[in-house]
Amino acid sequence: MTNGEFYRRDRAWHPRAHSVAYKSTALRSPRRALLSLPDSPADLHGPVFGHGDLDPLDHDLIRNFGTGGEALGERIVVHGRVVDQNGHGVPHSLIEIWQANAGGRYRHVRDSYAAPLDPNFGGCGRVMTDAEGRYAFRTIKPGPYPFRNNGSDWRPAHIHLSLFGRAFAQRMITQFYFEGDPLIPKCAIVNTLADPAAVESLIAKLDLENQGPFDHLTYRFDIVLRGRRATFFEGR
Amino acid sequence: MPVEPLRETPSQTAGPYVHIGAYPSAAGLPVRTQTMPNVAFGPGAKGARIRIEGIVRDGAGSPITDAMLELWQADADGKFPGTDAAGFGRSITDFATGEYWFETVKPGAARPGEAPFVTLLIFARGINIHLRTRMYFDDEPAANAADPGLKAVGDPKLQATLIGRKTARDGQTVYRFDISLQGDAETVFFD
Repeated sequence: MTNGEFYRRDRAWHPRAHSVAYKSTALRSPRRALLSLPDSPADLHGPVFGHGDLDPLDHDLIRNFGTGGEALGERIVVHGRVVDQNGHGVPHSLIEIWQANAGGRYRHVRDSYAAPLDPNFGGCGRVMTDAEGRYAFRTIKPGPYPFRNNGSDWRPAHIHLSLFGRAFAQRMITQFYFEGDPLIPKCAIVNTLADPAAVESLIAKLDLENQGPFDHLTYRFDIVLRGRRATFFEGR
Repeated sequence: MPVEPLRETPSQTAGPYVHIGAYPSAAGLPVRTQTMPNVAFGPGAKGARIRIEGIVRDGAGSPITDAMLELWQADADGKFPGTDAAGFGRSITDFATGEYWFETVKPGAARPGEAPFVTLLIFARGINIHLRTRMYFDDEPAANAADPGLKAVGDPKLQATLIGRKTARDGQTVYRFDISLQGDAETVFFD
């Protein structure tokens, strides 16, 4: 009963393309309305990745830079479940992860922020969801950092996630934030979201009940990808 | 099944450091398993080998030098193989020129009555939710004229923003496909 077209994206729920406060959008936001087409086979299929595409330490950003040492910072485990809009787990799907180090510095040739690089931290990870759509990875909590927008604006601590789902229509890149961060409501990028409930849905919650290793804080972040409508009658 | 579908996790910009997660070698990180992300179908695949390339420009006409593009397409028979990420590719826009490139095979039409095309997604700083477009092939005029997607676009001037122009270079077939995010030459983007 869920083999129809994908539910339409709610463009009022997603961030608007142009935001006066986030200046980089001014020249990068299309002016014409998006054209809506019925789903094509290209939307209903997607690239298939396997566990074989991953390296053994891809889900452990504390150790996966490969120096033999461990990253500095507040050690955290992030876990959650990827489901579709019908609540069904999205199994065996690739999640890509990137983030700044504990001082707010990215290991990127173009990041020149004064905070030092961590010799044992790359900031790049990958994980596959299991048969029920669950995932977990280990990392350090990233630091907030300034960016040139309206003078020196500060990004709240965040981790970028790239999700493939099982069909290309589900493709999504987003960022999640951390419960209690006072920078969240001040951020021009967060505030491209018009609905406070949309912002709330991007905030990982402290999950003390599921505390794993003694020396890691656990955060929970659940993810919803697009789902397919039921088909009751065949159209013409 | 709930009557109200759950709300999709909202998008946030991939940001200027998208390379770290999606194209680590460009960020200066060690290369991992997928070593040739720009190649959607390798040399062993059935079909005519092609290169797709172009420049991504902003509303002022300036090259965008921090974007990441994804290509997704059917094989030469119009099928999606469902193995080994076949049909999927990634390119960054060059840090100096804003040029991207893919190597692949020319896809077949995925359904009767449709023209062959590749899907392209664009992620970058200042793009709050990825942009989705299609590149059709200019050496398929009959199929393009019948294609329901291009018909829905309507205006030939807008249709032209979706058509790659065939050229040849060093014996290789190259389709040129420039993308404009905004302005007079604005590419058609899909929901």
